[in-house]
Amino acid sequence: MVAPKALVLRAPGTNCDQETAQAWKMAGAESEIWHFHRLLESPESLSGFQILTFPGGFSYGDDLGAGRVWSARIHLSLADTLRKFVDHGGLILGICNGFQVLVATGLLPDGARAEMRPTASLTYNVSRQFESRWVQMQAKPGKSVFLNGISSIALPSAHGEGRFMTSSPEALQQLQANGQVVLQYVDPSGQPTEQYPANPNGSPQGVAGVCDPTGRILGLMPHPERFVTPIHHPNWTRFPKNALPSPDGLKLFTNAIASLA
Amino acid sequence: MIWYLEIVPRNALIHASANAHREQEAMELGLPGPWSIHETRGLIIEGQISKSSLEGAAIAALLDPVLETGYIHEIMARHNDSELLVQSSDTPVKTQVVHVLPKPGVTDPTGDTALGILKSLGHDIQKVRTVRTYRIQGPAAFLMDLVRRLLANEAVEMSVIGDLGIDHLQALGHYVFKRLEVPILGMTDVELMETSKKGQLSLSIDEMRIIQGHYAAEGRNPSDCELETIAQTWSEHCSHKTLKGVVQKRGRSYRNLLKETIFAATSKLNADWVVSVFADNAGVVSFDDTYDVCFKVETHNHPSAIDPYGGANTGIGGVIRDPMGTGLGARPIANTDVFCVAPPNFPADCLPPGVLHPRRVLKGVVAGVRDYGNRMGIPTVNGAVAFHPDYLANPLVFCGTIGLIPRGMSEKSVASGDLIVAMGGRTGRDGIHGATFSSIELTSDSEIVSSGAVQIGNAITEKMVLDVLMQARDRGLYRAITDCGAGGFSSAVGEMGAELGAIVDLENAPLKYEGLSYTEIWISEAQERMVLAVPPDKWEALRALSESEGVESTVLGTFVDSGRLVLKYHGEVVGDLDMHFLHDGRPKVTRRAESNPVATVEPNYGISHDHTQELMELLSDENIASKEWIIRQYDHEVLAGTVVKPLVGVGADAPSDAAVLWPSHETYRGLVVSCGLQIHAGAVDSYRMAALAIDEAVRNCVSVGADPSRIALLDNFCWGNPERPDNLDRLVEAAEACHDISLAWKTPFISGKDSLYNEFLHDGQSRSIPPTLLISAMGQMADVRQAVTMDFKEAGNEIWVLGYTQAAMGGSVWASHFLNDPAPIPVVDCDLALKIFHKLHEAIVKGWIRSCHDISEGGLAVALAEMAMGGRMGARCSLRDIPCEDSAAIDTVLLFGESPSRFIVEVASDQIENLGELWAELPVGRLGEVVGAGKPGHDRMLIKGLDQSILIHSLVEEIQTVWKRPLDWFPKC
Repeated sequence: MVAPKALVLRAPGTNCDQETAQAWKMAGAESEIWHFHRLLESPESLSGFQILTFPGGFSYGDDLGAGRVWSARIHLSLADTLRKFVDHGGLILGICNGFQVLVATGLLPDGARAEMRPTASLTYNVSRQFESRWVQMQAKPGKSVFLNGISSIALPSAHGEGRFMTSSPEALQQLQANGQVVLQYVDPSGQPTEQYPANPNGSPQGVAGVCDPTGRILGLMPHPERFVTPIHHPNWTRFPKNALPSPDGLKLFTNAIASLA
Repeated sequence: MIWYLEIVPRNALIHASANAHREQEAMELGLPGPWSIHETRGLIIEGQISKSSLEGAAIAALLDPVLETGYIHEIMARHNDSELLVQSSDTPVKTQVVHVLPKPGVTDPTGDTALGILKSLGHDIQKVRTVRTYRIQGPAAFLMDLVRRLLANEAVEMSVIGDLGIDHLQALGHYVFKRLEVPILGMTDVELMETSKKGQLSLSIDEMRIIQGHYAAEGRNPSDCELETIAQTWSEHCSHKTLKGVVQKRGRSYRNLLKETIFAATSKLNADWVVSVFADNAGVVSFDDTYDVCFKVETHNHPSAIDPYGGANTGIGGVIRDPMGTGLGARPIANTDVFCVAPPNFPADCLPPGVLHPRRVLKGVVAGVRDYGNRMGIPTVNGAVAFHPDYLANPLVFCGTIGLIPRGMSEKSVASGDLIVAMGGRTGRDGIHGATFSSIELTSDSEIVSSGAVQIGNAITEKMVLDVLMQARDRGLYRAITDCGAGGFSSAVGEMGAELGAIVDLENAPLKYEGLSYTEIWISEAQERMVLAVPPDKWEALRALSESEGVESTVLGTFVDSGRLVLKYHGEVVGDLDMHFLHDGRPKVTRRAESNPVATVEPNYGISHDHTQELMELLSDENIASKEWIIRQYDHEVLAGTVVKPLVGVGADAPSDAAVLWPSHETYRGLVVSCGLQIHAGAVDSYRMAALAIDEAVRNCVSVGADPSRIALLDNFCWGNPERPDNLDRLVEAAEACHDISLAWKTPFISGKDSLYNEFLHDGQSRSIPPTLLISAMGQMADVRQAVTMDFKEAGNEIWVLGYTQAAMGGSVWASHFLNDPAPIPVVDCDLALKIFHKLHEAIVKGWIRSCHDISEGGLAVALAEMAMGGRMGARCSLRDIPCEDSAAIDTVLLFGESPSRFIVEVASDQIENLGELWAELPVGRLGEVVGAGKPGHDRMLIKGLDQSILIHSLVEEIQTVWKRPLDWFPKC
């Protein structure tokens, strides 16, 4: 099998591009990091990739709300390109700020519709502050190609705006019913939770990640690219040297690649 | 037209927690309520745009269309001030509206971002500024206090009560060129000093006389620009005239204090793994076959006293540029931060005028570091916070950055003919006189006279510069680089061209706004700027690369082999300085040091102690208590290289001794980052204080697995006025300790910085900070998979103490609680410590140590408690076998003493014999064993005394509650 090609986009303020590209490589893809401007100059070159990633960071400073400026620029000149990319079977992964960008464009949760417009938002944590901590999540993969075979996963989260809000509680119920709420923060007993700190941002129903109706677009707040070796685990020194924890974050990347085979 | 776009949530509940939090903060700052404070954010937009177009743009880019909505009002000029609040009554008033916006000229990243996107959407907009609008109900008499103490920072923000009345944004005026001279030639000494003071030059009379003499020989007066350049270059901040000056001390005289102490040790060691020391923006050592690493720690104290957020924000932003400007440019991979502040429970009504409350200072500096470091995508992995009442008016903010640089790129040179290129942020009026400001004492007026020295950073600009630089470096597009720090272009260009000369066309510098004089352009400390020496044939490629990433790069002039620094403004020469005079003309400062010994008293331990109670008191001392509230606000895992994180253990809430970084995944080689700080001992014995700080930094490093033969150190001295002989004597003693210990342990100092004059003048009385020496350590380990953390791992494992306990209790946290008189300070036994470090390392490499924690603040009892909390396990221990000097055989001393070079280790039963053999020659004793009740919340820590009576018996859960409470400032939600 020819290794699929993953494009990792960066904008001013993106800062997780290197480790995200590294994670794709470890999982078996060829990855390249491109400045957003470069893609704007030749949007057609996106067709040479099978995977597009919006990594974490603070694109354009996130000053006007997380992901807002980058999504406005995408709407301005790249919406058609992205729609085509998804329609032709391309995968899109948005991590942290990348998730915020996908939600602000409308690509999540509704997918690459003819008229892209946001119907949800990732807003300020209830705690009103940026926080880094590992979170435990349950996965209900549904159609999501990234989460195949995962039922429970721990990853590091680090954000100030991760509370997933829909325009109404009914809209969230609909997403649940559609099987698009694929990752939820859980409490120590394993139940989805809105309680801080198990849920770091106060997302209703513990929403941590959602996919589009096709399952080919995934956005999540926690960082899978930061758990791609056993020693990324916060407690690896407590494990026997010959039985270190398995790097669950890497599975999202290998799953995506496997789905393209 | 000027529009005000007010952005409000569709559902008020979404932001309710923020408002409640602010109301609580008002009460904490001593503002009698009750308050109702409601905040909205907004933008003020100046440009040719209709209301409906602005509505469309707002929905497309300026607000969150799902959760927010906006109101757009046109702003009219206001022609009278009659609406200002009359402060007469303390009865509740109707809702008052207060708008807070950045002062003209202050950097406003959000406004700039909004301007950028509005232009991209095709709108004709000139300027955008952010504004916060507060609707307040509460006692009118305290409204102004509320605004001043909580809602606005007058150093950088202005508040408008009532309607916004603005007819245009950014009214800074137009600059009309006029070449200015300072007529110093005929001046008397009194006039010379007046000139120095009035111009905020901070030049002494000796220096003024030398300058006068120099210009007399040139037969002319200096221009204002020349005099400013000399003042910046000669400032304490830039030239370190005290540490590099002559010091006369009884029995010994130094021609250059730094050279004969700290530098001397490094040169005598001449370690083959040291690459570049005390020469560049950061010290560089070799790491592996591919990379070198560099480290720099800076202080940003005076700006942080006035504006904690902006001061710390630009402090971290500035130190990140140091590795970026080291050699041909290093990639920053980790940040550190250390704060020294007054205790947060300081009574608000006792604050001297002009002094911010320590709670506000701490919250502000944490937010400042957080917002810059997180945006840059650099993990903040290590730090400390120290609390002492004498930091009240003069808090300390230390920020450090480690960078990774390909081998062979640590040297740079400038060639005649190279272009002087400025890259990054535009030049504004921010930070004028920062270098000279940090070299004088603060007064209650500092806030007013010096706020020009306060700056606001824009991390994204710096990140963009970094993105360009790393590509430009690897393509060889420049020959040398440095950052614009204190002194701005004047320092950067002056230093880079020191061996050659330079011609600078000041009008070429891109400006944030009109109205800057040539001198302001030259000395502005606007942030996020780098200066490069670019061979002319590489310029086009560099320009194109910059443009492709949206970064501004501009040719300012040329380096020329003339020995002169020539400054021009639209062709007119406004400065023509002799480089040699500028860099070597400063008269040597001679200062006198004289010891003022403090008598120490042996403590009387009396008979009865409630040791459990004393332990609880120490655990709730802010110096010891959990700093989780701070650490969690930093991203410490971005770049995916932090393999021992700052918080460790089962619940990821116990304090790691040091962070371990795994910078390059091609090998398993690791970097270890730690620090040491002893704030209680310096006033009594600063030699021993310095030794204790170095010991702490090194043992923290060794504790997680660093190889003790590969540890590099950094020194940061923060001191009071060095012109006081006793202050200076303490400084000399501390520097001597650095020399001696560095030499004994073969741990070279590779970089350092001093910040003197940390005093506050109030009512004619000068209050100095405690003599403060931060030691930062950067260790290395061959394989990060050998790292050890401090949390107990398994019930049944043995607990040992390694090291020798002395009787001296001085400088301990216990002493600060329970003794009135200064007690003797413990000494570092260099030979013994070195043996301990190496033998411990050997055991760690062999995998014989399950957990390891150094004994520091609070002594053995606190260290055990922390290990127990980390593992969510108990311990059963006895003090009987602790190796100690005879006079230290006292329960209190063994529990809470802070003798250096000691560790607690956890050993599995199958390694006991091996370890016993390896450590046969060392002072080591069995403390007890790890116990686990198997039921969460039921584990206990039990410590028996010398006579086997029970001294401490507590639930680990209870210990944890006490330890977490003091700085648990997490918003309750």
